[in-house]
Amino acid sequence: MTSTQGSHLFQPSREGFDTEVHLDHARQQAFARSYEDFLIVDVDSHHYETEAFQEIAEYIDDPVLRQEAKYQGMSRGGVTSIDGSYQEMTGRVTRYPLRKRETVPATIHRDITLMRRWMDSMGVDMACMFPTPMLNIATCPRVEVETALARAYNRWLCDNVLAEEPRLTSMLYLPFNDPDACLKVVEEFGNRKGVIGFMVTSTHYKSVHDNAYMKVYAALQERNLPLGFHAAYTWGDKSTALMNRFIAVHALGFVWHNMVHMTNWLVNGMPERFPRLKTVWIESGLAWVPFLMQRLDNEFMMRSSDAPLLKRKPSEYMREMFYTSQPMEMVDNREALELTFKMIKAESQLLYSSDYPHWDMDLPSTIYDLPFVGEAGKRAILGGNAERLFKLDPHFAPWKLARRAEKQTASAA
Amino acid sequence: MAEHFVCKSDELPDGQVRIMTHGSLEIGVIRHGDAYYAYRNLCPHQGGPACEGIRLPQVEDRIVGDLFVGQCFDENDMHIVCPWHGYEFHLSTGEHVIDSRLKLRKFDVVAREGGVYVDI
Repeated sequence: MTSTQGSHLFQPSREGFDTEVHLDHARQQAFARSYEDFLIVDVDSHHYETEAFQEIAEYIDDPVLRQEAKYQGMSRGGVTSIDGSYQEMTGRVTRYPLRKRETVPATIHRDITLMRRWMDSMGVDMACMFPTPMLNIATCPRVEVETALARAYNRWLCDNVLAEEPRLTSMLYLPFNDPDACLKVVEEFGNRKGVIGFMVTSTHYKSVHDNAYMKVYAALQERNLPLGFHAAYTWGDKSTALMNRFIAVHALGFVWHNMVHMTNWLVNGMPERFPRLKTVWIESGLAWVPFLMQRLDNEFMMRSSDAPLLKRKPSEYMREMFYTSQPMEMVDNREALELTFKMIKAESQLLYSSDYPHWDMDLPSTIYDLPFVGEAGKRAILGGNAERLFKLDPHFAPWKLARRAEKQTASAA
Repeated sequence: MAEHFVCKSDELPDGQVRIMTHGSLEIGVIRHGDAYYAYRNLCPHQGGPACEGIRLPQVEDRIVGDLFVGQCFDENDMHIVCPWHGYEFHLSTGEHVIDSRLKLRKFDVVAREGGVYVDI
């Protein structure tokens, strides 16, 4: 019998924090389910770029903005918007307040070490990583700030993280308020190591069908790079401004903005205009997809003249798009979830995502333990679909390779 | 069922928890005031280490007449909060605060003669 001491009344008071200790149960799940037998790709995970913001600020080209970012930057509450959010659950999810205490070796970038630790614990081999607070620069009223920070972040990420660890990838941030800058980002970074696509933060108040973006979509299609729409919330939206609790802003906001973009994408015929451009709808969960399929199909059959470029029903195009799984709606609704999987053709279109380290993260077991999906389907959702979509060169977690080798040795003996 | 020594009583001050392992079983032994509680350190949601989180009281909306006047804590209803996702369980029963079908497995625990013991 062993025991571990800790005081946890109101405030976690442990002296340190270790991701691998925090996620020890995840590692137990990975071992019990033999995740070493197949590739797991996490298509939506995050890091806290604010912890490296002084480094990122050095990448800003404009000397005046660089000075501003260094002294009034995101790590000090400046540059991005302030919205009164309490997303971090006021201490309940302990990795938020404790992560600063985690120690890492000096010889490798902190973000790489922290990513490896949670990935190894969960049995994730490769991850597509996104920033966290920087997603909010989408609503910054200063367009030039969004553009400058996006380029600086993308350069910093490519140089310091993606270049160093082949298990890490990203769909890089597009400064969507500036269509010309979006095109430049695609042209500058489209061939960089680890760049598997580009991403729009969905809280942008720009219409995706605006003619100004067609050159961006053409450039992505030409390069066979998917376009992601990463959900987010803003308490500054006129509808969410009516809400007083974060649960309301998050539950609706993370879905609403993607519903708006998806609807515009469809009724303006984008799937017909860019038939080889793959879209990925990120972090809105899944329940909204059947709703929108039914709603749009019903109206389209009466008003097809409103969307004359579409040759098929909206749901048929939606079934050819890709969706990340988290936060998967799993409470008391197995039948609804099973029908959702069927409606979105999950076994070829669904991409596992954890959203770690955020409060509503999903482990691979949320997919692996589903009773209505067969082994091949589970493996496709957990990694195979992403490998195919992003043309990944698989890189496995070292412990999985070691365990596989042990098994082979044991079976040969 | 056998009784297992956890620690001396003064090694588990008010507000603290000890995570003990017995084979593959992890049990969180919690002291709150003069009371001791023991639950399996496994959240029924996604398998998180439920007992390793913080403990918080029930949050209440205060309604006076028909009007919302603010929020407060009910410190008579302490919750175990799973550190992975924030699922909350009554400290006294181990039942989830909304869906009592979700429970932390409870173990008997006793403090006597300067020691804390749990039945496994």
